[in-house]
Amino acid sequence: MSTDALVAAALAGDRRALARLLSLLEGGGPAAAAALRALYPRGGRAHIVGLTGPAGSGKSTLIAALARQYRERGEPVGVLAIDPTSPYTGGALLGDRVRMQALAGDAGVFVRSMAVRHGHGGLALAADAACAALDAAGYTRILLETVGAGQDEVAVAGVAHTVVVVSAPGLGDEVQALKAGLLEIGDVLVVNKADRPDAEAAAAALHLLQALAPAPPWAPPIVKTCALRGEGIADLVEAIERHRAFLAASDAGGARARQRARAAALAAASAELDRRLHAAASAPCREALWEAVATRARTPLDAADALVRAVLASPPVEEPSA
Amino acid sequence: MADTVPSAEPAPVAAAEPAPLPPLQPPARVLVAKPGLDGHDRGAKVVARALRDAGMEVVYTGIRQTPAMIAEAALQEDVEAVGLSILSGAHLTLVPRVFEELRARGLDDLVVWVGGIIPADDEPALRAMGVAAVFGPGTPLRTTVAFVQRAVAERRARLGRR
Repeated sequence: MSTDALVAAALAGDRRALARLLSLLEGGGPAAAAALRALYPRGGRAHIVGLTGPAGSGKSTLIAALARQYRERGEPVGVLAIDPTSPYTGGALLGDRVRMQALAGDAGVFVRSMAVRHGHGGLALAADAACAALDAAGYTRILLETVGAGQDEVAVAGVAHTVVVVSAPGLGDEVQALKAGLLEIGDVLVVNKADRPDAEAAAAALHLLQALAPAPPWAPPIVKTCALRGEGIADLVEAIERHRAFLAASDAGGARARQRARAAALAAASAELDRRLHAAASAPCREALWEAVATRARTPLDAADALVRAVLASPPVEEPSA
Repeated sequence: MADTVPSAEPAPVAAAEPAPLPPLQPPARVLVAKPGLDGHDRGAKVVARALRDAGMEVVYTGIRQTPAMIAEAALQEDVEAVGLSILSGAHLTLVPRVFEELRARGLDDLVVWVGGIIPADDEPALRAMGVAAVFGPGTPLRTTVAFVQRAVAERRARLGRR
């Protein structure tokens, strides 16, 4: 099937074609670029909710509970769940579906797992393109789950309209970890596993941190949930809706769309540059350069400069066809 | 895989095991699934982990999956191979239903293999249903890994695409 035919079938509601299209986008290269060119103008209707937070905070279970609520409202839901890739083997165990079994059997839900591969910041490089495909295919609510994120894995803010930062009591000193970067990108803050005795303290810590921040136009609400029991989910849906309305009503909506566009373009550009840098570094003619650095005749910075110059001077390298 | 049921002959440990291939690019995409009601998935998790360590992207869906859930996951995840782990003895009932559900979704060209407590006598019947390989208790992980890698590589060559 040609790329055009695949896109057309996916947009016409063929779920298998959509699944194959997502693989194509994930593979990158000219075919993915062409597919995305066809998809991008067809999207823009979906509200993308990004869920991020430490491993084990309950993101997958929360997504299953959220998806059920949106389904009750009749919204088609696309789920994109990112899991880490092994830096040693390139393999990945994609296990988020285990927590999403309750969504099985509903044709209005499409769940896709994706390995982070060469992505940075807790997201796969193809996450934005995959959201564009789900969007164009008519999934008006997209739930995007990042890998279990630590302090500065904030790439989701460049893709999602509304970022939900999920924390949970009892994960050690994780409120400390939230302080640095994650908390700042949260449009909604969730304390999940709220049936635990120390949940109140975790929520109080978030309230305290927030009280110290300068008053922004949008103060992220703090929502307590127990995803496993389905408690607090309606509150979370409502908080997300309020943020969506805030985006629509304020200038922040337009500004944020441009911010997201910039982030998506920058992420794709740095990935492409990264690929070309690696190709340039692998060329046999660079061996002398590495030797010079290894013997301290030149510095790593000089070698880096030589690499950057080589990349800027050369035409784009075609990807090896897999 | 089997830690309770002393059944089926252990698979012969082949002396001339083919060397594992380097990971495919893009990585092989595989579903490991447990149909039926048996409630323990140590074996499935060990196999999933071994496939991951061989550079594959392995979707694992947990226990007590219906054939329809497995086929739907295979479709949405666009996997190239499906491994079914069955310890309950219901393989002759479950495996044909999984194939039915796969075919109903147009997924008739996937590599399907079965692992678990499978008596050797049942292997021909499973193969006749379209199962590409059966791995009983005692199968070395490298045998399963080498099989999946080769089967996915051959499927890519046959289809002319990932």
